Amino acid sequence: MMLDGLYQEIILDHYKNPHGRGLRDPYDGEAHHVNPTCGDEITVRVSHDLNEISYDGVGCSISQASASVLHELLQGRDAAAASEIHHAFVELMQSRGQVEADEEILGDGIAFAGVAKFPARVKCALLPWMAFKDAAARAGVEVGVSPEVKA
Amino acid sequence: MSFDVERVRKDFPIFEREVNGHPLVYLDSANTSQKPVQVLDVMRAHQERYNGNVSRSVHTLGTESTEAYEGARARIATFIGAASPDEVVFTKNSTEAINLVAHSLGQMLRLGPGDEVVISEMEHHSNLVPWQLLCERTGATLRWFGITDDGRLDEADLDSLVNERTKIVSLVHMSNVLGTINDVSRIAARARSFGALVMLDCSQSVPHLPIDVATLGADLIAFTGHKMLGPTGIGVLWGRLDLLAQMPPFLAGGSMIETVTMGGTTFAAPPARFEAGTPPITEAIGLGAAVDYLTGLGMEAIHQHEQDITRYALDALTSVPGVRIFGPATVEGRGGTVSFDVDGVHPHDVGQILDALGVEVRVGHHCARPVCSRFSVPAMTRASFYLYTTTAEIDALARGLDQVRKVFG
Repeated sequence: MMLDGLYQEIILDHYKNPHGRGLRDPYDGEAHHVNPTCGDEITVRVSHDLNEISYDGVGCSISQASASVLHELLQGRDAAAASEIHHAFVELMQSRGQVEADEEILGDGIAFAGVAKFPARVKCALLPWMAFKDAAARAGVEVGVSPEVKA
Repeated sequence: MSFDVERVRKDFPIFEREVNGHPLVYLDSANTSQKPVQVLDVMRAHQERYNGNVSRSVHTLGTESTEAYEGARARIATFIGAASPDEVVFTKNSTEAINLVAHSLGQMLRLGPGDEVVISEMEHHSNLVPWQLLCERTGATLRWFGITDDGRLDEADLDSLVNERTKIVSLVHMSNVLGTINDVSRIAARARSFGALVMLDCSQSVPHLPIDVATLGADLIAFTGHKMLGPTGIGVLWGRLDLLAQMPPFLAGGSMIETVTMGGTTFAAPPARFEAGTPPITEAIGLGAAVDYLTGLGMEAIHQHEQDITRYALDALTSVPGVRIFGPATVEGRGGTVSFDVDGVHPHDVGQILDALGVEVRVGHHCARPVCSRFSVPAMTRASFYLYTTTAEIDALARGLDQVRKVFG
């Protein structure tokens, strides 16, 4: 079935057993993002050294698993590393399936390669990453300029 | 004779296609309906043979185009029981029709602080946001009816909600989420007793029920062509002619004027007053063809078919474990739009798995976020039916939901 590319076991695992879920204090930057077409919401909190990234939200398996993967990949990394991973994930999501995912950089994030082939779901996967970028900026951490989201 | 759904389906070329390797099961007609070949042929023939601009040309093509455009208006007027074709204003869609009314009535009534506009929690955003903006512009107060647990308008506060300060009451006739068909007779009667105007958003009712504006109890209604077998880009505002005649224009430009000088302008009578610029001519003619098609089958027969399908669907969905239906549990006072929740699975994921099986449903907040909030969910899955929907398609939906539960089980 076509869906095998979308609902990878890794994604379903993160959805059912999310990592780092729940908002925690203290934090230095917070951002709340919504997807106006579907009502998915996420709040991300970030400390200035990225040692603490927490989040909470409501949404589909793709957006919620994506938040869990983000937490796993970015928490405790320095700004340069977080920026590289962030850039790689956004690029993968906007690739329409034309970019080879690098597991060295993206870890479980490579499971989202299939999502890139479903344009209606790319925004779901990117929701936590865009909220993170804003939260980090408010915490004084620049995670690099991401390409415009056109999904 | 009974309604022959298989014969109806043969008029819709789209049912010949597959989606993701499965026969198309289209359960999203509340979003937009499919189009019969009779509508598509009329629109193509118009573009190929009769195309000219309307209401301004002396030449043959312009005359033929104008006759076709005005002929469509007349047939739509008959379809809804309007007293005259002049009561039918062509707009882009329901949204534009409601915005037209919000602007025009706001000006006509000189709405201001102390005045009240009443809507409901059940509204599509198109019958909510224009009134919010009107109240922000004028200082009037927006008030609303709530929704009961079983998905009906809560009239408990009718006496306090509709009062001597009420100037406009605008309600959805049939909910695009819950499927509820609102009997607005008590509300309309009370509004009228205070001299308030009543508008109904009939986007979901005119396509599916016999509607007679003479007995509906409204002063104005809005509906849209693409949900009733017609094309996108064409909608209708119906209003009592004496009311339309008092209303100031909304959009201004060509076609809506009587006389223009550099010093000022007088305006045409309705409906032209509200149709500035070249209208969607082919689309209006297409909507006329759609009305012919619906009339040929009979709106009562279509409604009965949808009641049968809805009864079948409510039974089928009730028997799927973990499914919770929002809105009335029986077909009494409801139409063929059924929203539901699958326990533990987000609607996006439900919709994605159903799509892989060729089953097309709507997921999200359906442009009616307050309805979702009322039932404490961020989103819903919605299956909506029409004259071409079969029980076999409902069975495909139920099988699809079993698959959803397998993937997320």
